Amino acid sequence: MTEGGDAVRPGPGPWRPATVREVWRATPSTVGLRLEVPGRVPHRPGQHYVVRLTAEDGYTASRSYSVASAPDDALLELLVERLPDGEVSSYLAEAVEVGDELEVRGPIGGWFVWDGPGRAVGIGGGTGVVPLVAMLRWARGHPELVPPGRLQLLAAARTAESLPYGAELAAYGARLVLSREASAAGRPAGRVQAEDLVRLVAPDTTYYVCGSAAFAERVSGLLVGLGVEASAVRVERFGPSG
Amino acid sequence: MAQRGFLGRRRPPRDDLPPGQYDTGEDFPVLTAEVTPVIDPERWSMSVDGLVANPTTWSWAELHALPESTYAGPIHCVTTWSKFGTTFAGVSLDLLLDAAGPLPSATHVLATSTTGYTTNLPLDHLRGGQAWVAWTYDGKPLPRDHGGPARLLVPHLYFWKSAKWVTRLTLLDHDQPGFWEVNGYLNLGDPWREQRYTGD
Repeated sequence: MTEGGDAVRPGPGPWRPATVREVWRATPSTVGLRLEVPGRVPHRPGQHYVVRLTAEDGYTASRSYSVASAPDDALLELLVERLPDGEVSSYLAEAVEVGDELEVRGPIGGWFVWDGPGRAVGIGGGTGVVPLVAMLRWARGHPELVPPGRLQLLAAARTAESLPYGAELAAYGARLVLSREASAAGRPAGRVQAEDLVRLVAPDTTYYVCGSAAFAERVSGLLVGLGVEASAVRVERFGPSG
Repeated sequence: MAQRGFLGRRRPPRDDLPPGQYDTGEDFPVLTAEVTPVIDPERWSMSVDGLVANPTTWSWAELHALPESTYAGPIHCVTTWSKFGTTFAGVSLDLLLDAAGPLPSATHVLATSTTGYTTNLPLDHLRGGQAWVAWTYDGKPLPRDHGGPARLLVPHLYFWKSAKWVTRLTLLDHDQPGFWEVNGYLNLGDPWREQRYTGD
């Protein structure tokens, strides 16, 4: 990994009010939120936001969620996975309605970001596809900046139904890898293998791997096994984020 | 701004939980931003260099020959989880710094990992029983994904300062931002002052 030469980037600024404009169930275990956040700083694809909830007595809880929307989207789109006993996610998934106000802070993270110009491969597992969707939307919206093929994607999940943004990813040309069923494109059921990745490996490429710690460990290990330099792999591991 | 109907799932209040943090309980998340390296302890070493009188390198065996020291207490991640009741063992940085002999001009330290990860700390936050090179967690060898075979441990600061796979401390006469410090996090990272992101 290289670093040290970058100028320090501006911070995420203060907590800002966010009005919920759209809520939808993206998959059986996830909810999408589109938020209007006046005065927010434009994010870079791959960055995340923190959402904060406050109880009547002032108790607060906050968790981080990746942004799915492109930087030039008028609204900020987050995808929330509902975790068992999730303190924040269960409220966001079950109680939030259009018109509600939340508090958000962001964008955060200066490492797991891509907005061109280099060649990139994104590999996401489950809700780990969310930051890749922001990259995809940026690439799709700016063909003058991002030639076809510069961003290639692989999305993994147990089933097609459980993969957020599955249709959008497939339409973009992402390879879908489903562990419990064959994909529509005919890939047999099974976890990500080296042969899924080998076709994505190329010189001068940065690899963005996002998912659970176990998924990230497995995929990054496979990439290194295929000869990819560890320094070319950027990883975002999901911790418990209830 | 309160959210209608939000109660939270709070645990009993505790005065050792810094502001904005929650108790992660049994979980010990792994949030590293890079590929987990495979490191043979026999080929690993720990160096203290830069503004010191005696730049020194210890092998795995040499480090283990030093008196072992234990930390028992909480750790705090900038992503808002804290974990209580952790136990790490290794060697106190006081021993390594004393052996190397910081020059009077040394004020800061840049820690470097085998992966190239770096993080910066004020020297006075690494002395006086505040910091370790740790190689066991909960009585067992430190797992690779938590920084094994050895990591820096500076538990009074946010945990990104506790560089996994640490191999080198370089003493400097200035503060030199490391990996996360140029990617949006603050130079010190004191959980009790919520020094999380650039601008806090």
